[in-house]
Amino acid sequence: MARYYQQDIECASREQIKALQDERLVKQVKHVYDNVPYYRNLMDEKGVKPEDIKSTDDLHKLPFITKADLREAYPTGMLAVPMKDCVEIHSTSGTTGKRVVAFYTQKDLDIWHECCARAIMAVGGDENDVVQVAYGYGLFTGGAGLDGGAHKVGCLTLPMSSGNTDRQIQFMKDLEATILCCTPSYAAYLGESLHEMGLTPDDIKLKAGIFGAEPWTEEMRRSIEKSLGIKAYDIYGLTETSGPGVAYECTAQAGMHINEDHFIAEIIDPDTGEVLPEGSKGELVFTSITKEAFPLLRYRTRDICVLSREKCPCGRTHVKMTKPMGRSDDMMIIRGVNVFPSQIETVLLEQGYTPNYRIEVDRVNNNDTLDVFVELSNEMFSDTVKEIAIKEKELASAIKTMLGISPKVHLVPAKSITRSEGKAVRVIDKRKLHD
Amino acid sequence: MSIRQVSIFIENQPGKLAEVTDFIAKQQISLRALSIADTQEFGIVRIICEDIDKAVAALKAAEYVHTVTEVFAVELADEAGSLAKVLATLATVGIQVEYTYAFLSTKKEGSAYMIFRVDRNDDAIQALNGAGIHTVTQQEIF
Ligand SMILES: [Zn+2]
Repeated sequence: MARYYQQDIECASREQIKALQDERLVKQVKHVYDNVPYYRNLMDEKGVKPEDIKSTDDLHKLPFITKADLREAYPTGMLAVPMKDCVEIHSTSGTTGKRVVAFYTQKDLDIWHECCARAIMAVGGDENDVVQVAYGYGLFTGGAGLDGGAHKVGCLTLPMSSGNTDRQIQFMKDLEATILCCTPSYAAYLGESLHEMGLTPDDIKLKAGIFGAEPWTEEMRRSIEKSLGIKAYDIYGLTETSGPGVAYECTAQAGMHINEDHFIAEIIDPDTGEVLPEGSKGELVFTSITKEAFPLLRYRTRDICVLSREKCPCGRTHVKMTKPMGRSDDMMIIRGVNVFPSQIETVLLEQGYTPNYRIEVDRVNNNDTLDVFVELSNEMFSDTVKEIAIKEKELASAIKTMLGISPKVHLVPAKSITRSEGKAVRVIDKRKLHD
Repeated sequence: MSIRQVSIFIENQPGKLAEVTDFIAKQQISLRALSIADTQEFGIVRIICEDIDKAVAALKAAEYVHTVTEVFAVELADEAGSLAKVLATLATVGIQVEYTYAFLSTKKEGSAYMIFRVDRNDDAIQALNGAGIHTVTQQEIF
């Protein structure tokens, strides 16, 4: 029996949701125009006035906000209420440049936590559950978001934060945690550690996990499910749009419902900015329609995905997004096909190869060529030339199935792929060097 | 008796083979035989050596891609036709030879051994022994 945190809104009809979005968007645009000079300038430059936005059908008229805008507006340039009305901040790690600081009023926090509460109930959680939050606490949104969500549902919340693996497993076992929230890589690590400590899934009570904040594959989902004896679910969010809980997976495990009463999602062509028809693959853009402190209109996430309104067996009506397939910054167009390095990585992991690879794209006689170099592991190495050639062919055909175009695969010795600061350099596009 | 052979995966680039052989020499592992199979892009260096466990541990530590395979060796007698007899025996039981290479004995002057990698190593050894052909042990070649 499916249960919901806010059934009336989670299962509302498309018409009800659209009406709510229309009303909230009109209000939000006025709020932003009146209170955020940075965005007002963007709108003025484009010649758009708040009165021009009468419903979600006019959304495409609004200018985009990019990460670069947020950096430029650092620290308070996007703040839409006086700072004294805010009660909390969170921040991005700033690894790729200046940090982004997001502000929250009490109402913003309540809504965010409600979104996370929906995510917990969507995986079967209720007030009887013990939720172990092993996301980092602090400036990072992961810990705070799921912690708040678990409180709203009425779960016993274990505010573990990340790290201290022995203690995580001890508490998981002794306090009989039933739902684990952390990054998928940490979940995989906890699974391994459990077995290393001589325990099995039978020794713990865990039944579900809510994992996000980093890319992960279906292969990883299966392996985490096996090692911890749970069902593993995806959750999506960005610090810029509040944090986890913007979208979450239900027990159907087929895409993440976007909380459409708080966010309007669009898919655009990353090159032209044009809105694409429903079902197209493109860049995800979010408009937050209830945020008071840090309301972003048409924020370009750089995540590439597909939206679907297919009926979901869980009964929720909110649109679903696929797991991000890559970043629009990483997208290559090879022989007219959109290719993301992450797609190739998925195939490698599924076929048992290392994720150490390099992609080389070139143009020979006006034809694009795709070469994939993959480091071979001892397990995959067999002693004859013939067997290596067969492996190269098999891998090429698996990649072709994924991408629709044929690569040439080259298996290479360990460590032969150049790394910069420990990370393998993934893509060399030689076409750009010739132009 | 089968013999254990260590194979190492290398790039087919100038200096890579020398790098591997230098590396093995530095481990003070005594080599009996070495053969290379290569394509334009990669090479497989196959060695028969004395302390296999030591070799494997060193290769692993240095992160060389490697594997250990079971092969067998026969001593090639002086008389003509001894190689032909080995191949004929393997053919009659339908065994496929993947590759073969020869090396000289350091124990018996003028004597040579031939290493065979086949698709079914144990069946091959059984067939050869049944036909009166001796397959060499690891001890015999060192
Ligand atoms: Zn659903």
